[in-house]
Amino acid sequence: MIALVVDGIILGSILSLGAVSLTLVYGIVRFANFAHGDLMAVGAYVAFFCVNTVFAALDLPAATFGPLSFGLPMLLALPLAMLATAVVAVIVDRLVFRPMRRRQYAPVMFVIGSLAAAFALRALLFIIWGPEFHFFTQALRPALQLPYEIRVKPDQIFIMAACLSMVAGLYLFLRRSRLGQALRATADNPDLARISGIDTERMMVWTWAIGAAMAATAGILLGIDAQLRPEMGWNLLLPLFAAAILGGIGNPYGALVGGMTIGIVQQVSTAFLLPTYKPAVAFVILILVLLIRPQGILGSEQRGF
Amino acid sequence: MTIEAILTSGILNYLIGFLIVAGIYALFSLGLNVHFGGTGLINFGIAGFFAIGAYTAALVTKPLPTGELAVYTQQALGLDQPFLVGVIAAAAVCGLVALLIGIPTLRLREDYLAIATIGIAESIRLVFNNEEWLANGSKGLVGIPRPFYDQVAPEYYNYVYLGIVVLTLAVVAVLLERLLRSPWGRVLRSIREDEVVAAAYGKNVFAFKLQALVLGAMVMGVGGALYAHNAGTISPGVFEPVFGTFIVWVMLILGGSGNTKGAILGAFVFWAIWAGSQFATDALVPHEFNSRAPHVRFLLIETLLVLMLLFRPKGILGEERYVSRL
Repeated sequence: MIALVVDGIILGSILSLGAVSLTLVYGIVRFANFAHGDLMAVGAYVAFFCVNTVFAALDLPAATFGPLSFGLPMLLALPLAMLATAVVAVIVDRLVFRPMRRRQYAPVMFVIGSLAAAFALRALLFIIWGPEFHFFTQALRPALQLPYEIRVKPDQIFIMAACLSMVAGLYLFLRRSRLGQALRATADNPDLARISGIDTERMMVWTWAIGAAMAATAGILLGIDAQLRPEMGWNLLLPLFAAAILGGIGNPYGALVGGMTIGIVQQVSTAFLLPTYKPAVAFVILILVLLIRPQGILGSEQRGF
Repeated sequence: MTIEAILTSGILNYLIGFLIVAGIYALFSLGLNVHFGGTGLINFGIAGFFAIGAYTAALVTKPLPTGELAVYTQQALGLDQPFLVGVIAAAAVCGLVALLIGIPTLRLREDYLAIATIGIAESIRLVFNNEEWLANGSKGLVGIPRPFYDQVAPEYYNYVYLGIVVLTLAVVAVLLERLLRSPWGRVLRSIREDEVVAAAYGKNVFAFKLQALVLGAMVMGVGGALYAHNAGTISPGVFEPVFGTFIVWVMLILGGSGNTKGAILGAFVFWAIWAGSQFATDALVPHEFNSRAPHVRFLLIETLLVLMLLFRPKGILGEERYVSRL
């Protein structure tokens, strides 16, 4: 059981990173972006392409870092994939959402547009990389044996550290930098932000870029921990939304708590249920939250921002 | 050529099969038109109601497997009831599920219903995939009885089933059109346009939304039942989100959201485009990429939906302006 909780914390940190970026985007663009999970998958596949196709052809030193399963190529691929995913998200915004903003569409149209974008991104992954599973590496790494039958792979410690430092980095960015403050102001009240001289259209672009880059990181870390497949983003959608709503949608710190909670509950549930039911477990939590405390545990919207 | 030869020719058979499937999808589109077109509710879980309708109808009309079949097939129920009982049961169970999903979500922002309906659709697919005892798990059910099958020669059966689909579609369309034009439907539209105003006029917004959600889901249940009896076999793989949910959205937006005729027209036009794109990808995509070809077609319809949303959000027909009859 303790071992499952530890597994849950690792999954939870990936979900937290995904949910924090989902909720950040939600706070600014003001609709539920159903393409967020697929942006995660895009990030993972771009990194896969860099590591296993481009860098492999360039003969980069493939030696791994100590006990970790990856080395220099992955470290180089990470920022490239973040950048590429940010560009993809901004392109989607340009093609789909910005024309809708210009036409002052109702929020429902954005939501439908994001579902189309989600399936379109997934179709592209299928077309380019096919339906097979892909792995960053075939090498097996021994897990560390800790007391209480806890087994943790060195990769997983890296994943946890990477997720938490990224969320902490976002916190500092939103609090301390001018751009972060402008983003918070836009989330708080777009009209007021515009009057104060903030270019809200530029804030949209930054939001998509930052949100997508974080989503890409989460996708890559998930790919390191498990495997890559085109549906990975879609399957994450329910846990991500459950985490964001549990923490209070639009509230990044809530999303951190929500992600951890969903991750732990999902892993612990595998003691009683088939692991394939994990998305359904997230769904049940989601419904319970909506029934009992729809504003989330930390309160909804921008209060925590 | 004799009439007999024409009626049983391959091309005509293809056409009849095409009309049957398009007609069944028109029912989903009509159901979504109550949700989205009429009330502005975002249901992203059509595949879930599709699955519930299809499985309910199958389990109600199929007998329990006996003899050798029982070794390969498990099912929780096998009531061996007539076709119509299955259709009614499918609608009833879908309505019940819609009621349960609507209670926690319909008081909240519109996105929550979208998320919750995705959740219910995915969960239902997981349950049917994993619970062997319920409906044979991922292998699915075969031998779902086809109504009036033994009363006609097999080569003419598709005409009978097309008749059943057209009749059902006509009854449902007339009923929904009357409802949506009634004062009840006018309240739904007022909620879609501005629910605060509707509430200020003393309308119980939550109750109206719940009724619309249940009604639309029941129509989808009927569609699921007709699908099951036409296909004869169902398995959880049929109810994937792109095929179960997304294409229905494309149909409704294409034909004209808020317009009953548009919802039906959209389904038929979409299937024509879909069938055409199959010929195109068969001709253009090299054989070694066969497993990827369907995704090229998916990408095309996803692009089509975005283009419709941006450049012709009213669809082909658009919503008609009308005054409710008293």
